[in-house]
Amino acid sequence: MGEVIFWVIWALVAVSAMVVAFSKNLVYSVFSLLATFIGVAGIYIFLNADFLAVTQIVIYVGGILVLLVFGIMLTNRIVVAKITQSSLQRTTGLVVVGAIFLVLVLTLLNQTWPLATSAAEFDSTVNNIGELLFGDYLILFEVASVLLLGALIGAATLARKEL
Amino acid sequence: MHEHYGVVLAFGILGFILMYVAFILQKLIGPKNSSELKLDTYECGEPTEGSSWVQFNIRFYVIALIFIVFDVEVVFLFPWAVVFKDMGFVTFIEVFVFLAILVVGLAYVWAKGDLEWVKMKLKYGTGRYAATRLHESESP
Repeated sequence: MGEVIFWVIWALVAVSAMVVAFSKNLVYSVFSLLATFIGVAGIYIFLNADFLAVTQIVIYVGGILVLLVFGIMLTNRIVVAKITQSSLQRTTGLVVVGAIFLVLVLTLLNQTWPLATSAAEFDSTVNNIGELLFGDYLILFEVASVLLLGALIGAATLARKEL
Repeated sequence: MHEHYGVVLAFGILGFILMYVAFILQKLIGPKNSSELKLDTYECGEPTEGSSWVQFNIRFYVIALIFIVFDVEVVFLFPWAVVFKDMGFVTFIEVFVFLAILVVGLAYVWAKGDLEWVKMKLKYGTGRYAATRLHESESP
């Protein structure tokens, strides 16, 4: 049963990602990205990374996707022309994507992928993340807030009309 | 561990199916006396004009950007809430510092007026609109 669900999720991610890439209408691409993000969250759960899965849904589905939709709705081209995407610079793109694909395949082949021998117990990762975040990695946690502050001020300044 | 998320998946699938059940049920038992007028897009009783693809206001984007930063902030609070009981009061101070730094950002966008929706100046504002008046000398 678990294996069937895994392949269904895998198919969802693959198909929706292809729609994102090949759809002529950008709005369809963005909504297809919704299925991709949710599917990736499902794969995270299969990897026993529950915190990462929830984070994926909260930030990517809840935040980034909204930003992408607004990004499309905000363009002034939307009134005069239909929002379409076209494939430009196919050769360059093919070289870059091919190189990345090669690296990924080499990584896949050169790594050993250990499988859990016994059935893993239910153990949420949130506890461990919390202990590390507020223990060993406290400085990084506080630095992250400064990074977020910088991102907030930078984004607000760039998006504002007058500085 | 993923076995325990079967419940979450079941909820998702059930919600998806129930949505279509509502559609199919109304198709099966609802009355069918359609006319051209009923198929029109409803726009406050007026005949629709132009495309519904319109440009959104840029302010939505600023608000969305601010939202994402605080979205990320909230995600960091979940691990803290889980370990707070075990790790004690010192984590409270740690999180307080974390939030205090981000409140500076909130104060910044607030002071800069990014959170204000209405930015236009009124020509003849009085009373509570007096502050938004375009010309100080003019009065109604």
